[in-house]
Amino acid sequence: MKVGLFSLFNRVGAWVLLLFLVTPALIAIPVSLTPKRFLSMPKGEFSLRHFEKLFTSEEWLSSFFQSGVIAISTSVLATTLGTLCAIGLWRVSSKYSELVRAFLLLPLIIPQIISAMAFYRLWIPLGLLDSYAGLILAHTILAAPMVLITVSASLATFDPKLEQASKNLGASNWTTMRRVILPSIKPGVFAGALFAFILSWDEIVVTLFISKFSVYTLPRRMWNGIRENTDPTVAAAAVVLIAITLIAFVIFAIMSRRTAKNTEA
Amino acid sequence: MHALRKHLHPGWLIIAPLLVLVLALYLGPILNILWLSITDPEPGFGNYAKLGESDALVRILWTTVRICIITTMFSVTLGYSLAYAMVHCHQRQKNYMLTLLLVSFWISILVRTFSWLMLLGRKGLVNVALEDIGLIAEPVAFMRNELGVLIGMIHYMIPYAVLPLLVSMQAIDNRVMDASRNLGASGSQTFWRIYLPLTTPGIVASTLLVFILSLGFYVTPAVLGGGKVLMVAEYISVQLLVTLKWGTAAMLAACMLFGVLAMLWIMSRFMKLSTVFGGAGR
Repeated sequence: MKVGLFSLFNRVGAWVLLLFLVTPALIAIPVSLTPKRFLSMPKGEFSLRHFEKLFTSEEWLSSFFQSGVIAISTSVLATTLGTLCAIGLWRVSSKYSELVRAFLLLPLIIPQIISAMAFYRLWIPLGLLDSYAGLILAHTILAAPMVLITVSASLATFDPKLEQASKNLGASNWTTMRRVILPSIKPGVFAGALFAFILSWDEIVVTLFISKFSVYTLPRRMWNGIRENTDPTVAAAAVVLIAITLIAFVIFAIMSRRTAKNTEA
Repeated sequence: MHALRKHLHPGWLIIAPLLVLVLALYLGPILNILWLSITDPEPGFGNYAKLGESDALVRILWTTVRICIITTMFSVTLGYSLAYAMVHCHQRQKNYMLTLLLVSFWISILVRTFSWLMLLGRKGLVNVALEDIGLIAEPVAFMRNELGVLIGMIHYMIPYAVLPLLVSMQAIDNRVMDASRNLGASGSQTFWRIYLPLTTPGIVASTLLVFILSLGFYVTPAVLGGGKVLMVAEYISVQLLVTLKWGTAAMLAACMLFGVLAMLWIMSRFMKLSTVFGGAGR
């Protein structure tokens, strides 16, 4: 293909744009290494004191822990419910099931502030405000649609005749699900679980409304730090978060490459 | 029970847990909010009437819509050129581009907002650098105004704009473009009269997706606007958490919700919604 002047120009523009997307986040790295007590760029001298503070401060550690517990629980719950639901919708495949599918995707697209309002409103009478259960339930409802999407995408390539064959050979519904359907949709389930984890790990708007003192997740603490805008520990936390994102991304990339190879073979 | 089981597909049994959860804990309170918008503090359309009476409310709505429109225009235009470049280069280069795009997509919104705070402040890196090379004498106000909000929002929305466009561009049969060139059309004619119309569904989906997401955006406007740029989402949170006026907040939420649903309906005319969301997963 002959590359025109315009295309070339556009391609350079695309790379500039991609750099614009990725590089701003990297400023957290130098800021986190400042030896000063306030947010600033280091000048010649570097120090790891803010990382030390991050990993010794009880507040930050408990936030890491709480976010971890909530994100893992959300991921497990959303993946279980979402996978079951996706398989159910796939098996029913009627006009109504497509309607239900569209409805279940709503939490993903309805503005978070409205979801936050809804949970806040209901959690007050239910006594779920500022509790693990409240956050996990809210995050599960927001994350389940992601699982629904990824598992449905996997199911779209699954041959329904395999299910029929398994049943004809005498396997029960449960055995068919466990031994035939689940293994073939594993990539979708894993991707869904990962997305659910990230959604919960990174969720701030709903969390701001339904948590207060006893549950203080990592995004919540970062939000506070950003609002106060003085303590460089926030920068150290940001660097840790970027590192975690990159690790998760690499795992995801390796996993999807492996899946691609398996389907080729 | 027996009759019911005969008519009901067994698949519904495993759909039920999630469906019941979402109906009870999500749809329920949202309907409750819609109800509140016409009953709190007193029954009637008093809350909606405020839209006509209060200048402040109208200004907030106008700010929100204006910022959303500008964000959408920039994100979709830039996203289009990015998606175009990605579709039209070698596989290896495309993979690198996709990796960068997804990494930026995955980086926490809080990390990104924090970074912009460091870059755009009065003593931020951008101002310092510009002063050092002598381009400006006084620090430029990049933050605590609409400019800052726009920078942060466009930065966040570009990946969302790219993904549906990418799906739609990849589905195009390139032979159509070759045919157009063979028939004597110039490169730009082929682009404007063949390529662009073929990607219309992608453009519509991407525009509406970005607009919907911008409409309810909370984090970036709250931080980079620094209290100077009040958008609906932040106003709702103030109404709920500070002044405790559920009625007004519910009315604004209802307006936003109906706007979003209307746009989703338009979007579903152009594209299967699940492909738009699914694009993020691959």
